[in-house]
Amino acid sequence: MQTPPSRSDAITVSSLRKTYRIREGGSWRGKTRDIVALDGISFSVPKGQIAGFIGPNGAGKSTAIKILSGILRPTSGEVQVNGLVPWTNRIAHVARIGVVFGQRTQLWWDLSVSEGLALLRDIYGVEPERFARNRARLADALDLGEIMDQSVRQLSLGQRMRAEIAASLIHDPDILILDEPTIGLDAPSKLAVRAFVHELCRDRGTTVLLTTHDMHDIEALAERVIVIGHGRILADSPFEDLRTTTLSERILELDFHDTPPALTLPAGAHETARELHSLTITFDPRQIPAPALVAHIGHLPGLDDLRISRPSIDEIITRFYADHAA
Amino acid sequence: MMQSPSRTLSDPGLYRRMAGASIVAQLRYPGTFIIQAIGNFVTTLLSFFGIWSLFHRFGSIAGWDIGTVAVLYGLVNVAFAIAETLGRGFEVFGGEYVRTGSFDRLLLRPRSTLLLLLGHELRLRPIGRFLQGLFVLAAGLWLAPHVQWTATLVLPWAIAGGAAMFLGVLIGQAALCFITVEGLEVVNVLTYGGVEAGQYPLTMFGRWLRRFITFVLPLAAVCYYPTLFSLNHPDPLDVPTWIGALSPAAGFAFLGVMVLAWNRAVAGYVSSGS
Repeated sequence: MQTPPSRSDAITVSSLRKTYRIREGGSWRGKTRDIVALDGISFSVPKGQIAGFIGPNGAGKSTAIKILSGILRPTSGEVQVNGLVPWTNRIAHVARIGVVFGQRTQLWWDLSVSEGLALLRDIYGVEPERFARNRARLADALDLGEIMDQSVRQLSLGQRMRAEIAASLIHDPDILILDEPTIGLDAPSKLAVRAFVHELCRDRGTTVLLTTHDMHDIEALAERVIVIGHGRILADSPFEDLRTTTLSERILELDFHDTPPALTLPAGAHETARELHSLTITFDPRQIPAPALVAHIGHLPGLDDLRISRPSIDEIITRFYADHAA
Repeated sequence: MMQSPSRTLSDPGLYRRMAGASIVAQLRYPGTFIIQAIGNFVTTLLSFFGIWSLFHRFGSIAGWDIGTVAVLYGLVNVAFAIAETLGRGFEVFGGEYVRTGSFDRLLLRPRSTLLLLLGHELRLRPIGRFLQGLFVLAAGLWLAPHVQWTATLVLPWAIAGGAAMFLGVLIGQAALCFITVEGLEVVNVLTYGGVEAGQYPLTMFGRWLRRFITFVLPLAAVCYYPTLFSLNHPDPLDVPTWIGALSPAAGFAFLGVMVLAWNRAVAGYVSSGS
C-alpha cells in the first residue's frame, strides 16, 4: 500500500546491522567468529498501520524485534520509534510501547490477572482514572470478566494470551509489538486475538508490528508484509503483491464419476495430479484466464464437479522462501 | 536515564507495591510459609548449638568467650537474613531470568532493573534466621563480660552494613549470571561461607583468609570490629577498637561497587544480546 504523506512514521529503521560474536567450540579461549543477524535493513511503518514481519527461523526477526523494543543495541544503523532511539533511552522508550511475547508471560504467575494489571499500572505510572477506563475497556474487548480474579498460573493458554494483550496495552502505548501472539492457541482464541488487534488499529490508531509463523494472522491483519531472510529484507509489499509475484498460479480440481478421460490442455495449464476419480490442473491465469479454461474443458463426459482455488498462503510463503533460498 | 513524564508513583512507592504483592503471593499458601519459617529458625538455631557446646566444654577458646562469639553470630545472621529477604530476585536471577530469557521482559518495563529485581520478592522465609539471630545476639550481650551499653548503638549500624554487604554479594552473583549460569554455587562461598566465617573471631583464621574477609569481602568490617567496639574487647592484632564504629560503612561501599558492576553487566548484555 502506498503511504499517504499525511501519515507520519511511527517506526523508521535505516541500515540496521547487528552482528553477534560467538565463540567456536564453546571454550573460553576458543576463536571467536562474527555472525551477521541483520545485514543492513531499512523500512518504515506509518502511524496506524499493521505491518507483518515474517521470515523463517533464524532470519533475524527476533533480533530486529529486540532492537525495536530497546532491549538490544545494534552494531550500527539508525532506528527511531515514536521519535526516540530505543537503546539510548530505554526507560522513556519502553514506557510508550507495548510488547507481547507469545511464549513468555509478562504477568505474575502467583498473582491474579487483576493484581498483575494493578502492578503494571504502578510500574508504568498510569493515572488511576485512565487505568480504570483502560481496564474496563480491555476487560470488555478481551472478555476478561471471568478470569480477572484467577491467578495467572490457572489460566488456559488462550485466556492467558488475552490477559497478556490487556497487560501490554494498559498504559495506552502508541505502538504494539506482537511476537507470535497466536502461537499454540486454539481456533476461537486465534480469531478473538485477530479481531481485537484489528479493532485496536481501526479505533485507536495503534501501530502494530506483528511477527508470526501463522500466515493466516498475516492474511487477516497485515496491510503489508515485510519478509526478512538472511538478515536482509526480501520483500516489502501488500500480501496480494507477494501472491502475484510468487505463486500466481491457480488450481482447478475436477471430479468424475468414472476414470478421468485423457485431455489436451491449452498453453499455461498442465495436469499436476491424476487419481481414481479426480484430476488436478494447475494453470497460470495470465496465460489462460479461468473462464477460458473452464470453457475449454467444460463439456467433458462424466464430469461431476469442478473447483478453482488459489495456493494456500503457506504454500506461497514456502515457495517464496525457496525462491530466495531463505 | 530520562524519567517518563507520565510517572506518578515514586520508586520507593513502587517497591512497596511490588513487595506487598509478593507477600500476598507467599501467603497464598500460609501452611508452606509457616513450615519454612520454622524450619529456617530451627536449622539456624542448631548451628548455634554446635558453637555453644564447644564453649560449654572448653569455657573459652583462644581468649574468646561465648558472649562475644554469640554477638558475632547474631550480627552476621541478622544481617544475612535481611539481605536474603531483600535480595531474593538476585539470588534466583540466573535460573528464573537469564536461563528463561525473561530478563528481556524486565527490560521492557520503564523502571531500573535493580528496582524491579528488588521487587521480585520480599521474602518472608528468612524471618526464622532473623529472629534466631536477634535472640542469640541479645543472649550474647547478656553473657559478654564488658559490654559498653552506649557502644552497642553501633550494632544496628553494623547490621545495616552487613545486610548491604550480603546484598552486594547477591547482586554480584546475579551480574555473573550474564557470563555463566553454570557453577555459580561457587558464590555460596561468599554468602553461606560468609555467614559461617562471620560467626568466628577474625583471629581464628589464617592470614590469607583474614585478609580476604577484611579487604575483599568486608566481613570483618561489618561484624568483627563493631563487635569488639561494643564489647570493649581489645583486638589481639592491635587494630584500634574505634575502627568498629566506622567500619560498617565498608558494607555500603561494597554494595556500591557491586551496583556499578551490575550496571556494566546489564549494559554488556544489551549490546551483546547474550
